[in-house]
Amino acid sequence: MQEITGSISTKTRPLTLSDVTIRLGSRTLLAVSAKVMPGEVLTIMGPSGSGKSTLLAFAGGFLDRAFEVSGRLLIGTKDLTDTPANQRHAGILFQDPLLFPHLSVGGNVAFAIPPAVKGGKARRALAEAALKEVGLGGFFDRDPDTLSGGQKARVALQRVLVSAPEFLLLDEPFSKLDAPLRRQMRELVFSKAKAAGLPTILVTHDGADAQAAGGRVIEIGIEEKA
Amino acid sequence: MAQAIKRARREASRKPGKRRLSANAFLVLILGLPVFAGVAGVILPAFGYLPALGGLHLKLAHLTELAQQPHILRSALTGFFAGLITTFAALAIVGGFVAGFAGTSVFTRIQHLVSPLLAVPHAAAAFALAFLVAPSGFLMRLISPELTGFTRPPDWLVPNDPYALSMIAGLVTKEVPFLFLVTLAALPQLAVSRAGQLTAALGYGRISGFAVSLWPALYRQIRLPVFAVLVYSVSVVDVAMILGPQLPPTLPVRIAQWAAYHDPDQRFLASAGALLQLAVVLAAMAVWIALERLGKIALARLTHSGRRLARDGAVRVASALAMTACAAVIFVGLGLLAIWSVAGLWPFPDALPGQLTPETWLRTLPRLWAPLGTTIALALSAASLALLSTILLLYRNGTAGGDRTPGHYRLLYLPLLVPEISFVFGLQILIVSAGFTPAFPSVFAIHFLFVLPYVLLSLSAPWRELDPRFETIAAGFGKSALEILLTVRLPLLFRACLTALAVGFSVSVSLYLPTLLIGGGRLTTITTEAVALASGGDRRVIGVYALLQAFLPFLAFLVASLGPQLLFRNRRAMRT
Repeated sequence: MQEITGSISTKTRPLTLSDVTIRLGSRTLLAVSAKVMPGEVLTIMGPSGSGKSTLLAFAGGFLDRAFEVSGRLLIGTKDLTDTPANQRHAGILFQDPLLFPHLSVGGNVAFAIPPAVKGGKARRALAEAALKEVGLGGFFDRDPDTLSGGQKARVALQRVLVSAPEFLLLDEPFSKLDAPLRRQMRELVFSKAKAAGLPTILVTHDGADAQAAGGRVIEIGIEEKA
Repeated sequence: MAQAIKRARREASRKPGKRRLSANAFLVLILGLPVFAGVAGVILPAFGYLPALGGLHLKLAHLTELAQQPHILRSALTGFFAGLITTFAALAIVGGFVAGFAGTSVFTRIQHLVSPLLAVPHAAAAFALAFLVAPSGFLMRLISPELTGFTRPPDWLVPNDPYALSMIAGLVTKEVPFLFLVTLAALPQLAVSRAGQLTAALGYGRISGFAVSLWPALYRQIRLPVFAVLVYSVSVVDVAMILGPQLPPTLPVRIAQWAAYHDPDQRFLASAGALLQLAVVLAAMAVWIALERLGKIALARLTHSGRRLARDGAVRVASALAMTACAAVIFVGLGLLAIWSVAGLWPFPDALPGQLTPETWLRTLPRLWAPLGTTIALALSAASLALLSTILLLYRNGTAGGDRTPGHYRLLYLPLLVPEISFVFGLQILIVSAGFTPAFPSVFAIHFLFVLPYVLLSLSAPWRELDPRFETIAAGFGKSALEILLTVRLPLLFRACLTALAVGFSVSVSLYLPTLLIGGGRLTTITTEAVALASGGDRRVIGVYALLQAFLPFLAFLVASLGPQLLFRNRRAMRT
């Protein structure tokens, strides 16, 4: 089952947040120091407006230049702090599935496959297999806009996994799903992340997410009005 | 949080550091340089200095000569007042309508009616109005002879009346849609419905409530476009040739006439005229600024008086009627152009022609191909290059991560705030002095100059509004910035790009003066041909040309709306 999306990145390494402090003006939003092992999920809990998503933006390499950051980000022993976003191999899942509306469902997945996989046939086969893994076999040529919310979320997950990320960043990815679907998606996402041995950072304000993730929880931003 | 980020971002942007060529610097280069060169190219010859034409010494002779031209003051003042009245009327109509109806269903309906007018070229709209209101025009035919007793057209000077009333009417019908669309773009940034509820609860009428709570913020945002309208209306040439007074014509028309001579003396005279026109425009701006002050004081008084002015029904209805009238005039007028182009014998006072014939089209067609080809080639190439430049400009600027709004592109309005007749004529003089033969490349360059601001304005809002997370995700997949631009951003903005292209295409098609002056009469487009026909008065031929001129932009917008439908027929989210 997990071979396809797990096979691409064979060696995974721990993700290290070394004394990361993010400030906006004079205000310190968060200060985190942690080592996330392969297959482990680190949860950052905080109310909306606390700046918890800035940690993901920092890790992903797309933090607004308005923020001041100190500290380092390492994958294994490699320092990623000054690496541009497109060379970090960060897999990101947002609240919305954000499937590219101009591509087919399969096109979305194939878009994410690393260029090392050569040949249209091989790429298509890989994308089709990834879709099949989550019960979406035969959906390759569908218009993403015709999919249900749960189907879109599964495509988004497979899309990020085929991209062979070195670590996963989850920005409240379940908050827009309704309760039963949310449970399913949590299970699916965490089991896949574990199977692929990816260090994962989850940002959420939902305690149930943290519980399902089953890893360490860091709470931030219990503070006065923002 | 969002506020704090903005503040910190501003501070961060003040920090010294590596800086790319900023968007504004780029705009200075491609917009500012020609404009300033053009103005210099007018000022120097106005004082007699133009070595290429034998003017080596500074002297005032040409200005004196200008002063001695018959009725020169009248020519200058007609344009001055016509421009001020046009701007005031257009702003009053749009302001009254937006204040009275923002957020209602009437608003949406009239918005759909008025928006397409923006694409109709000024000249075609002017002809449409002329065909409607002339003594032998459609309105008179409708009520003759039953109501008027006229069996032949009365000898009235309409259009081309000495007080420029028909010219003002023609300008207002075209400037209202422009100001309206600019206002529409500014409205989402205002709390229209909340302010409306608040002032209504306090007992204000819709218009006074809007004026007190939202107008100052709205006006600040549309101020530059308003000035563009003022400058355009004071200096307009093509509409003035079709609808404006003729004995004497307005100053810009006279300058264009002098400039058309190849006699060097006339060029010096035209330069002096263009300098005077610059002064007229500055004077009009000064008056407008004074009017702004008065308006501010009046509004402050109204606010402090606490008067609610709740019974504003009549004003609201009037503004809605005026908006509708602009659309009706142009649409009915375009219909008349179509009828005239296929009319056989059509004696006054028959409301409709006795028979229809393709004869005019067949007769005109052989002469149409060359200007039609030139028009399309110019419009396509200028709009394409403008789109490409716009994409590069927004791309460079966007990756810097700033929160640029169209307000930051103030320089965009530069070519629209200096009277065309002044700087384009100056450029013509420079081109001739430099020994260039006016031809396609130079006309193309000037079209690009006028097209770029509109294309940039059209694309910058959708560019900014695209969800940045699409690109973040793609970057996570290891895509390079260029790959992301080509495979994510541009496909997602495909419709917006086509619309911007159509906007640029329409602007290019409607350009009269720049084509005429820079082309030196060698490059004819449908527009220069149509305006040249104005004095001849063969309505059937004018019908063909003006209709074609109005049809080209329409075609461009049709392609822009159908393109995504066809290309993305299997992608539902891309078709709306």
